[in-house]
Amino acid sequence: MSTTVSARRALRRLPLHLAAGVTVLVCLFPVYWMISTAFTPNRDIQSAHPRIVPRTWTLDHFRRAVDADGFGLFWRNSLLVTLGAVLLALAVALGASFAVARMRWRGRRQFMLAVFLAQMAPWESLIIPVYIISRDTGMLDRLPTLTLVYFMMTLPFTVVVLRGFLSTIPPELEESARLDGCTRLSAFRHVALPLLAPGLMATSLFGYITAWNEFAYANFLIIKQQDHRTLPVWLSSFHNIFGTDWGATMAASTLFSLPALVVFLLLQRHVTSGFAAGAVKG
Amino acid sequence: MSVVRERPARRPLVPSPRRPPGPARRPTMSGVWPYLLIAPAVLGMLYLLVYPLARAVLISLQDFGLRQLILGDAHFVGFANYRTLLGDPRFWTVVRRTFLFMAVNVVLIMTLSTLVALMIERLGRRWRTAVLSALVLTWAMPVVAATTVFQWLFHSRFGIVNHTLTGLGFTSFEDYPWLAHGSAAFAILVALVVWQSVPFAAITLYSALTTVPSELYEAARLDGASAFRVLRSVTLPLVRPLFMLVLSLEVIWTFRAFVQIWVMTRGGPGDATTILPVYAVQTALAQQRYDLGSAASMLTVLLMSGVLVLYFRQMFRQEAEL
Repeated sequence: MSTTVSARRALRRLPLHLAAGVTVLVCLFPVYWMISTAFTPNRDIQSAHPRIVPRTWTLDHFRRAVDADGFGLFWRNSLLVTLGAVLLALAVALGASFAVARMRWRGRRQFMLAVFLAQMAPWESLIIPVYIISRDTGMLDRLPTLTLVYFMMTLPFTVVVLRGFLSTIPPELEESARLDGCTRLSAFRHVALPLLAPGLMATSLFGYITAWNEFAYANFLIIKQQDHRTLPVWLSSFHNIFGTDWGATMAASTLFSLPALVVFLLLQRHVTSGFAAGAVKG
Repeated sequence: MSVVRERPARRPLVPSPRRPPGPARRPTMSGVWPYLLIAPAVLGMLYLLVYPLARAVLISLQDFGLRQLILGDAHFVGFANYRTLLGDPRFWTVVRRTFLFMAVNVVLIMTLSTLVALMIERLGRRWRTAVLSALVLTWAMPVVAATTVFQWLFHSRFGIVNHTLTGLGFTSFEDYPWLAHGSAAFAILVALVVWQSVPFAAITLYSALTTVPSELYEAARLDGASAFRVLRSVTLPLVRPLFMLVLSLEVIWTFRAFVQIWVMTRGGPGDATTILPVYAVQTALAQQRYDLGSAASMLTVLLMSGVLVLYFRQMFRQEAEL
């Protein structure tokens, strides 16, 4: 009796589960195909009958991708630029969000409004003036230029999130530390900063992803000094590097995406709840 | 990413007794400190956002080509660049295409993500985790990598899409060169942008759905409302503000498809996938007409700012409601 009920129930929910299955498949297939192509030997990639699950596996493509011209160099460039931008944004945003969350001063609202506006900055439309300004000031083809641009891309978001985190920490905690003889700075450092750790983690993570993936500015501000290119630009020009070697191209894509994919899977819960928090607060 | 914004500060429902209304208990921390603390952020915004924007406006009013870039002797020509642009039929084709691209993308994204969000809400725990993980993974996929993968999926000779379509009997897709045909390339770019944008919209809408109190559903069910009626009269009105917010964000983010387009087609074949930001950069950096490119950029910003105003109104209304 109960089996027929549950069977009927399962049948009734079948369309729902079918839809869920299709969603998962559509989401994951391109990612899966990238990874599986990266491991498939060339003769299977170029066969007339591609297989969904590769018959034999190989690491050749990864070897070719890593050995490709400048891979290590571009990896290092990307890392330097990204870390520089994220650390700079964190330092600047920490001060600004402290001022906004803990102090009362004239112009506070206007400042936050400016930050919200900056968050929606039309970066796609600022490529031309930034290119010209960099050219005029001799900052073209230099990594610090990219660091500055990425810093500005991540700063507004960092300020907004850190301010949100700071306002959840009761100021009374710092005040009691100050009553015990701490200076305002050391009270902040020893009391609020440790509590702020999750916020710092979240913002640096999102900043990191933004800067790591950025393509347009890296493409147009680094022109002559090919040694100063970053990974996204390198990957976008795979035709010049690998020709029609799709295995190596997919291996390079995999190596480039892996950090982001792993981090997000590990922090999945925080990502989704972060969406929720961000969405509710607009 | 500018997506996730802020942890909601926990605001007590009852005013906290520790902080009585009226003049602040703590001494007001005025003085120069707050201004010193925000100074780096303000300077950054001024130099890296306001100045480039002002410079773009300036260039769009000048005669600014390669010569002026090198010698720096640009002079003002008023609105001549705008007149040139607005009188150019090619520009209007690009504007129309931009709106088409935006409309197709946004309609697809909002429809699919609403359906996915409603679906997630009805799923059991295990399926829900599976779908959410898949969405997050898709969302985390770097843009350039995803673009490269799509090029491989739609490869004319060895691409799995052509192979599958041919296998299903659509033999006309054998060796079909997707990126050589304007509308096919356009369709692939739409597919790519939708694939990358649905996760954020779906997860956000899903989290909005979870905030609808279950008592409302129960009350509606007790009153004998059908499932469709519950959706229309309970769920949708409550989710509407957030829906509008996501909608305006997606409209604004259409312009970010610049990266996908530039990496995959550079606006080609011909002009088939050239939308405004691509047009602006092509004009400026490929043809060295920085003045015309800037003018096109500024017109883009103008278009966007209309949507932006809607977005901010919605956002501040929400903030006020909290």
